[in-house]
Amino acid sequence: MEFVAQHPVLVVSVVKIVVLLLATLTTLAYLTWFERKVVAHIQARWGPYFTGPHGLLQPLADGLKFLFKEDFTPPMVDRVVYVLAPFIALSLALTTLALIPFGPATIHIFGQPTGLSVAHLDIGLLFIFAITSIGVYGVALAGWSSNSKYPLLGSLRSSAQMISYEVSLTLSVVGVLLMAGSFDLSEIILGQQGHWLKVVPRWHIIPQIVGFLCYFTSAIAETNRVPFDLPEAETELVAGFHTEYSSFKFAMFFLAEYANMITVSCLATILFLGGWLSPFPDSWTWARYMPAAVFLICGLALLQDGLRHFRGIPRIALTVISAAILALAFACSHAAVIAIALGPFWFLAKVAFLLFFYVWTRGTLPRFRYDQLMNFGWKVLLPVSLANLVITSLVILVAHR
Amino acid sequence: MSAEMILFFVFAAIAVAGAIALIVLREPIHSALALILVMVSLAVLYLLLGAEFIAAVQIIVYAGAIMVLFVFVIMLLNAREEERTNASRMARYAGLPLGMLLTAQLAYWVAHGWPQGGVTQAAAATSTRALSTMLFRVFVLPFELTSILILIAILGAMVLAKKDF
Repeated sequence: MEFVAQHPVLVVSVVKIVVLLLATLTTLAYLTWFERKVVAHIQARWGPYFTGPHGLLQPLADGLKFLFKEDFTPPMVDRVVYVLAPFIALSLALTTLALIPFGPATIHIFGQPTGLSVAHLDIGLLFIFAITSIGVYGVALAGWSSNSKYPLLGSLRSSAQMISYEVSLTLSVVGVLLMAGSFDLSEIILGQQGHWLKVVPRWHIIPQIVGFLCYFTSAIAETNRVPFDLPEAETELVAGFHTEYSSFKFAMFFLAEYANMITVSCLATILFLGGWLSPFPDSWTWARYMPAAVFLICGLALLQDGLRHFRGIPRIALTVISAAILALAFACSHAAVIAIALGPFWFLAKVAFLLFFYVWTRGTLPRFRYDQLMNFGWKVLLPVSLANLVITSLVILVAHR
Repeated sequence: MSAEMILFFVFAAIAVAGAIALIVLREPIHSALALILVMVSLAVLYLLLGAEFIAAVQIIVYAGAIMVLFVFVIMLLNAREEERTNASRMARYAGLPLGMLLTAQLAYWVAHGWPQGGVTQAAAATSTRALSTMLFRVFVLPFELTSILILIAILGAMVLAKKDF
């Protein structure tokens, strides 16, 4: 405890980093499960079903499989860069999450008061853009160092795509920046407080709907997801930039892609959807019990499902999980817990919806052709986001006069 | 020694090592990676000076945009290891004295303090608001001239790339 008293900032930061990292890695693993389940149901299939009840142990099985596969390095690769590339991809993807503020509350770790984000920077948004702008190196270097045709073509496509869409991604955010007048993520959220006509939340998505659409389209392209997943188009390029990677190095690229999805969803939530703010006005006191109600319904549904459709160990497991969710619902009905948990609940709910939207597009849309992709990025998205920027600044200028 | 001093020396050493590696390494991609290392450690040095905006822009523009294009072009041309040639005679005879002159001048300035003028004025503009006020009020003419220069460069590149109209 003496060490804690001497270096409070260091200890608190390490605790927060470990908690966030564990939570993120678990979420990443279960995001793959979520995606497979949702896409399966869109296509009228069941998805993973046999590893654990509802396939809940599938991410664990996949992780073990990645760990125990042979880590093969092809003989003609540029060894240093080949090893470096997945590390660049994953570490940069995880770094940005350190800046995300999950809620307004102040918590106490070892008696030290601290906010609900690992790091708080005045230039938070710029820092996130700085990190994501060097994220393309992971993909580019992986393709180059593999010394093979398909990865090289895949990474060339990917670099061109990421450079093109980063322009409109950044420009679409400038409108929000002008309205908020700050790079500080917490201040951007706090600027969206209040309601129009007492019911419509004053989120940036309403005046900046064009900006939001541009942002989210470019974000899907930046993260190389369907319908912009040309860098890894199986039918043309085998697996794109990570063709020559196996075992855990491949898993790192895989995790980096999902971590990037989470980051851009968090950023969209902060910039356009009011971050941790509740969509209901403060005067509606019952809205504070939304988390408890949601957990209660989920827990009861899971309990009913487990008791009705399963036998043996899965039945016991599902009962235990639903008991845990019900306990969470019970905890969320206390005023002290609500004060801390309400912000993160709304934040994570919005992020979860955007992630569902991601998976939804993947299950619905076909892939672009390469020339369509470039035309769309430069001739549609870029002019639209530029026009949005000009109109936003004009309106702000007139309103301030 | 304070933590800032230690950080300064660590990242200054990384920047110098990266700059040397940039020249010594023979694979173009490796040189580009070394240059990225220099850019990022320079950004950390700006952060240590309290210029957060400049640090972020340094990474976004140089490490993010310009170096990505470098790497992209190297990959597109599939440039392999460069060959050793006899260095140009001019570099051999003029480079060494000029390099020594530059080092001597820098050493003189470090010892006697920097020349007064633009440096102090720029140092005041660390925050984003102050920087943009200075850029768009005081230095608006040089700023616009630079953007016209870049526009001319873009047009030139287009003319070269598209020979037949």
